[in-house]
Amino acid sequence: MCGIVGLFLKDPKLEPQLGAMLTDMLITMTDRGPDSAGIAIYSSAGKGLGKLTLQSAKPDKDFKDLDGDLKEAIGAPVAMQVKSTHAVLEVPLGQLDAARAAVAHLRPEVKVMSSGENIEIFKEVGLPKDVASRFEVAKMGGTHGIGHTRMATESAVTTMGAHPFSTGPDQCLVHNGSLSNHNGVRRELKRLGMTFETENDTEVGAAFISHKLQTGETLGRALEATLTDLDGFFTFVVGTRNGFGVVRDPIACKPAVMAETDQYVAFGSEYRALVNLPGIETARVWEPEPATVYFWER
Amino acid sequence: MQTFDLGKEGLRALNSSLHALKGQTNMTAWEVINPKGAHAIAAGVDAPVDITVRGSTGYYCAGMNKLATIRIKGSAGPGVAENMMSGTVIIDGDASQYAGATGRGGLLIIKGNASSRCGISMKGIDIVVHGSIGHMSCFMAQSGNMVVLGDAGEALGDSLYEARLFVRGSVKSLGADCIEKEMRPEHIALLSDLLKRGEADGKARPEEFKRYGSARKLYNFNIDNASAY
Repeated sequence: MCGIVGLFLKDPKLEPQLGAMLTDMLITMTDRGPDSAGIAIYSSAGKGLGKLTLQSAKPDKDFKDLDGDLKEAIGAPVAMQVKSTHAVLEVPLGQLDAARAAVAHLRPEVKVMSSGENIEIFKEVGLPKDVASRFEVAKMGGTHGIGHTRMATESAVTTMGAHPFSTGPDQCLVHNGSLSNHNGVRRELKRLGMTFETENDTEVGAAFISHKLQTGETLGRALEATLTDLDGFFTFVVGTRNGFGVVRDPIACKPAVMAETDQYVAFGSEYRALVNLPGIETARVWEPEPATVYFWER
Repeated sequence: MQTFDLGKEGLRALNSSLHALKGQTNMTAWEVINPKGAHAIAAGVDAPVDITVRGSTGYYCAGMNKLATIRIKGSAGPGVAENMMSGTVIIDGDASQYAGATGRGGLLIIKGNASSRCGISMKGIDIVVHGSIGHMSCFMAQSGNMVVLGDAGEALGDSLYEARLFVRGSVKSLGADCIEKEMRPEHIALLSDLLKRGEADGKARPEEFKRYGSARKLYNFNIDNASAY
């Protein structure tokens, strides 16, 4: 099973409500997967700033004075907001990679959830309602976002095994299904220089797309390549700094429904997830075709 | 008219009310409001009643239906009218995957498009789709009739038994052992009746369709084909 929701806003007036809308959609999908939940939200930190979202099993210890320590290490201003087990650090965009390297040195046990201009990822083991309230997702604004509720079939129920997976700057992916050739593809991607945090199949799907984007492919072309190179069942929803994409494998047994109005493009594993969106009664609602790439960019 | 607010009263209350109707009843007209994509709406009904669902439904709406006429004033999620025994299910919008799967009788009308695996393993149901159907439709279909006013996706009628398939538009590809067959007068008569009952007689004429059926090379085991298995 697993449940996916996604929302790409066209109307800036809805941006303050993005987190609340996504939270509502994700909670509706709880019975598709109650193991763990996660959400990626895209919003600008401000001109010239980048964001690093970190996770720690011991946030009291790891996040204590991290902003000060990091400021000293990179010689640039650092703003930190701690939310439960996660912390979002804002640093000058040019210093983002330096900050990431410094965090690995300063707090070796901390995991990086995401890094980029706009992306923040929050994910934990537990029900969507608990995960969303823990990170106060409903209060967050943004331009687009993706949520996932997991029923683990393929690897352990852990924070790092939860979706979304982020394997490149401002990139994330969520998945419903299971990949069968992920070990082979992971070996190939490692050889090409990609790094992995888990043994999870979905992380391979995310890294596959990130690698394509790294080599200069467009989001559309990267998604098309999943149809030839990845084997197994998948409905993928991906986010980039300014884009949102959907692709289903050719058999397409993992469900998907989309809706579009002048105000938004929305994705749900089921129609239930979309029923409270504004104007859904008159939205164009359709089932994405198998082996067909859909993406929107602003 | 019995009006049931699914948002307020819940699915179990609805289905247990509907299951309590046996044989002849004077509560013959039902309306379900606020379906909001809920699963298993009006599944397992076994009475000659008329149920209108005002909105879109989730998984398995009208599953196992017997005798009832169920109208969906929206689109239907996966497995609508799965294993229907008799009665009629009419969907104003689109149907998701495996609509009418394993259906043994009755009539399923889809006014929009149906996605993949429509009529998979059908066993006597009649399905009339005003739009198009997705890939692997009528896989291992055993009996009954499928009428498609639009196009069919890949691998139509793969491993087909004795169901009759009528498609007006294009067929992306035929599945194993499914072939085009001659339209004889009895098929025109059958199709004419199905179009009428499927509320599609104003949209298409029987002469515009092609008929597809089993080549009977696969399911009748033939010793000459032994090396192919």
